[in-house]
Amino acid sequence: MSVLAERWPSRHPRALLGLAALAWVGLYETLLPASEALVAALPVERESHLGGALQFFLYDAPKVLLLLTGVVFVMGMVNTYFTPERTRAMLAVRRDGVANVMAASLGVVTPFCSCSAVPLFIGFVQAGVPLGVTFSFLIAAPMVNEVALTLLLGLFGWRIALLYLGLGLSVAVVAGWVIGRFRMEHHLEQWVQQMPKVAATHTLARLTVGERMAAGGESVRDIVGRVWPWVLAGIAIGAAIHGYVPEDLMAAIMGKGAWWSVPLAVLIGVPMYTNAVGVIPIVQALLAKGAALGTVLAFMMSVIALSLPEIVILRKVLKPRLIATFVGVVAAGILTVGYVFNFVL
Amino acid sequence: MKAIKVLGTGCPNCRRTVALIEQVAHDTGVAVTVEKVEDLPAIMGYGVMSTPGVVLDGTVVHAGGVPGRDTVERWLTS
Repeated sequence: MSVLAERWPSRHPRALLGLAALAWVGLYETLLPASEALVAALPVERESHLGGALQFFLYDAPKVLLLLTGVVFVMGMVNTYFTPERTRAMLAVRRDGVANVMAASLGVVTPFCSCSAVPLFIGFVQAGVPLGVTFSFLIAAPMVNEVALTLLLGLFGWRIALLYLGLGLSVAVVAGWVIGRFRMEHHLEQWVQQMPKVAATHTLARLTVGERMAAGGESVRDIVGRVWPWVLAGIAIGAAIHGYVPEDLMAAIMGKGAWWSVPLAVLIGVPMYTNAVGVIPIVQALLAKGAALGTVLAFMMSVIALSLPEIVILRKVLKPRLIATFVGVVAAGILTVGYVFNFVL
Repeated sequence: MKAIKVLGTGCPNCRRTVALIEQVAHDTGVAVTVEKVEDLPAIMGYGVMSTPGVVLDGTVVHAGGVPGRDTVERWLTS
């Protein structure tokens, strides 16, 4: 039996994938009735605040974790098609404009860890990818990622998730394009400019479906294993304020009426360092207390896209003026997003 | 004696990679030297774009993410 269980997945990966998908959907469909049944079994009034908060938590926590597991698994498989080397080869042959759009989109699907930002940056520049295009990639990669999008989808609905995706990509494309216009190649550190140029080649690793699934499982273990406490904390905060906190508490300071709230949110958000998941509890709390959506999204983007540790690392390859330009242009982009959002909605 | 270099700017994943290799070396009883390369120009000299990278006896065998335990065992025992 154990031999069969071991060999079966590697021999029939597609069948296993189909079964897993079915099980996932089945599980997802039972969440709502299960959470209601659980609350009903507890000695609390369903219509009370506590009952509402409990049901909210018992439904949302497994829902978001399940969504996250599914999306991270699929993205882990997708990532195996987009190695940094391949992305670089795709970008090296393109010029500005279209390339910025491509770079930002590839930033979403290429596996990226913030500690790889600098080697990636140099690798791109070395292969002749234009500076502005490289920046489009570097801005989009941490800011627009599957974890942030899944959490927004699970907690605030698909509209906000889509808006975040669209606006995040726009900031990355436009900011990268603008930086490219400044022609600041000579503001790279000397040793980076002197690196020998390399040809952007890539050898496409031919992976089997089974190997791609293993990569998906690996990223679930890595990412979901790391972020689940944050997710639970975020949902617990959401549940705690579910119906408890008066909605106009934050409205005065971070509502639409306060024009200075967006720049303030960006100013606070830029030096802060946390990933998409760490910021979700804060977003949850701010929104529930009546802060304007544009302000909150601007805050979230500035926390994820710009941070002091990242700036310190980038300083090794960029001269101060280029860093200042990078931070300035991205912050301006995020600011615009915040205002447009507050104005339109 | 195998010479292993771990390329990385000191991120958690790089430290985990070093710890894993040392652990596997200890468990399998293979003699290795593990060196951390944190100097950026040196890292880039290996042509690695995503860290941590692993160099085994002068050849880049891995880039991007912590390698799996069985992969490390294969490096050490092959």
